[in-house]
Amino acid sequence: MRPTVANVAMPLVSVIGLVKHFPIKSGVFGRQTGAVKAVNDVSFDVMAGETLGLVGESGCGKSTTGRLVLRLIEATSGDVSFDGHNLMTMPRRDLRRLRRRMQIVFQDPFSSLNPRMTVDAIVREGLTIHKLAEGSAADRRVTQLLDEVGLRPEYASRFPHEFSGGQRQRIGIARALAVEPSFIVCDEPVSALDVSVQAQVINLLQDLQRDRGLAYLFIAHDLSVVEHIADRVAVMYLGKIVELAKRDDLYREPLMPYTQALLSAVPVPEPRAKKARIVLTGDVPSPANLPSGCVFHPRCQHPAKDAACSAIVPPLELKAPGHLVACIKQTPTAVSWEMQKEAGGTHQPTRYLPVLQPT
Amino acid sequence: MNSARGPRTADMPKPLLSIQDLRTYFYTEAGVARAVDGVSLHIGTGETVGLVGESGCGKSVTAMSVLRLIQPPGRIEAGSRLEFEGRDLMTITDRELRGIRGARIAMVFQEPMTALNPVFTVGDQIAEVVRIHGGTRKEAWDKAVEMLGVVGIPSPADRAGDYPHQLSGGMRQRVVIAMALVMNPALVIADEPTTALDVTIQAQILELLRDLQKKFGTSILLITHDLGVVAETASRVIVMYGGEVVEEALVETLFDQPHHPYTEGLLRAMPRVGETRERLSTIPGTVPPSTAWPAGCRFRDRCPYSWDRCEKEHPALYQIGSGHVSRCHLAEDPERRAHPHPALVERAAEALT
Repeated sequence: MRPTVANVAMPLVSVIGLVKHFPIKSGVFGRQTGAVKAVNDVSFDVMAGETLGLVGESGCGKSTTGRLVLRLIEATSGDVSFDGHNLMTMPRRDLRRLRRRMQIVFQDPFSSLNPRMTVDAIVREGLTIHKLAEGSAADRRVTQLLDEVGLRPEYASRFPHEFSGGQRQRIGIARALAVEPSFIVCDEPVSALDVSVQAQVINLLQDLQRDRGLAYLFIAHDLSVVEHIADRVAVMYLGKIVELAKRDDLYREPLMPYTQALLSAVPVPEPRAKKARIVLTGDVPSPANLPSGCVFHPRCQHPAKDAACSAIVPPLELKAPGHLVACIKQTPTAVSWEMQKEAGGTHQPTRYLPVLQPT
Repeated sequence: MNSARGPRTADMPKPLLSIQDLRTYFYTEAGVARAVDGVSLHIGTGETVGLVGESGCGKSVTAMSVLRLIQPPGRIEAGSRLEFEGRDLMTITDRELRGIRGARIAMVFQEPMTALNPVFTVGDQIAEVVRIHGGTRKEAWDKAVEMLGVVGIPSPADRAGDYPHQLSGGMRQRVVIAMALVMNPALVIADEPTTALDVTIQAQILELLRDLQKKFGTSILLITHDLGVVAETASRVIVMYGGEVVEEALVETLFDQPHHPYTEGLLRAMPRVGETRERLSTIPGTVPPSTAWPAGCRFRDRCPYSWDRCEKEHPALYQIGSGHVSRCHLAEDPERRAHPHPALVERAAEALT
């Protein structure tokens, strides 16, 4: 079964059961002694023109997922299709051609641009590789792209070090746009920027989406940025999607206890607001040694948490229309009470909604 | 003399730390960078003051200057005054200064991995602080273990023997805080203490700082770019821009009635959880380089209200209300706020003027 939101239209990007394990090697012979399970059975769709937000804390596998989707790194298993083409089985040659339509904008505006190339060369490279424009047509295209991202044409002859972080991120966006993609993976594109500049870049990304019908996979750890930009949001924890829902549903009524804690931990810029805060104890476990059952159970605050949580791997299932959650203690669940009791369960599943609104 | 301005009132006790007209300049090949350019502020006993601003506004250099940690080509200019617990930090000997650093004023840095030495155990590193300030080896180790317990590290006696790389980011930051608090300092300067941490770990660390402050009555100067962190932690906020203090107020006042257009812009540009808008408002342009602050108001090129006076006259810190000051001529021309430049919208789109 594919846990996707029912939708008539065909998704632009479809990810099914994506897995990535990085081997841990030790000893003189470099034998594999374990694996970092960075991404574990991740499935989602991105529709044309849509923004899917992918949030989670460091090490949850969100950036790895972004790279797997573009096949910048090879998956251990799972399928990714783009506009009906299966990327995983596609020969390299064809993949390169298809890459024109899927691009990525990286987090770090300092290391993602070649310091020895001018802005013009950076933006032009894609045009040349994909034979989209030559000569004066390419010149015009570069000027037009710089204009679209809010950079003056005379900046074309400058080098990346001459620009501020926000301006460099604009160069990275112009580079991605040059080949006219329909899908862009935005990997923490504004995390390195100051608030005022961050707002400029977010607005730019939204304008470009509106004008060009772009689809974004927007990867970020900042929940307020994702709430602002995303249509739907997927929350990752230790390599798994633990909740996926429409933006407003997820922020108004988060059902996965992890999402509840995550949202409650965001500092609010309102000094009078007294929030009910769920402070999680302990740290995120190592992805090389995942907890059994539900990966969140050692830190979970759900009142019905019991032995069943450490025995049963929770399916990502519908709890409300279009609202997928991986928790056997949030009702309704396909994992029956009988099955839970058999696994050592002592507490019946119950709908748990801690107060999250400022009181 | 400008000691009368600012939110101090006559009946307040003498502040723990008082900074008057601090100027810290860096003499670089590109010219003189006036990173901190006439900053005055004070911190009372047991108070948490937030110092906010974006990259390059001078907030970290201000903190480094308090501990006189400025290295050449940087220099604290003559005429700057730093007074702590009644002592003049500008004129005391290096020996006296070493007695203050780590013991009376401690610092918590942003990146716990670089703030800790990778080749010593965390216990040794905390104990070293005690040893430097005159404790015996045994006392120092016991104190280190005790502090690890105080900052909420489980089985502290075992963890004291761990090296920094064996601990998670949140645990490392707890170690750094333990190190800062081990001598029971009067003032802790925390420079972006949670910026490198995940949001759930950040919540733990902020709660720890609040608890420890209640317990020990330590004053905290919290330097951050995150207005959410400030709102939850500080009682008073100082906003810096272009090497200067541009606004200072109690935290509620600052968030309810920001006066300076920069503060207003920052608050509007922030996306907030629980609130969705079509577009974020932006502050057009970027911070000018510290080697060439514009004459007049340093924010005027990015300001929606600026007029000819802002170009000609550098604004003083105007008194707006009780404990509320703002470096903006709007204080004398408030009706101009009703008429922001229509050109602002285009400038925001162009964004690179």
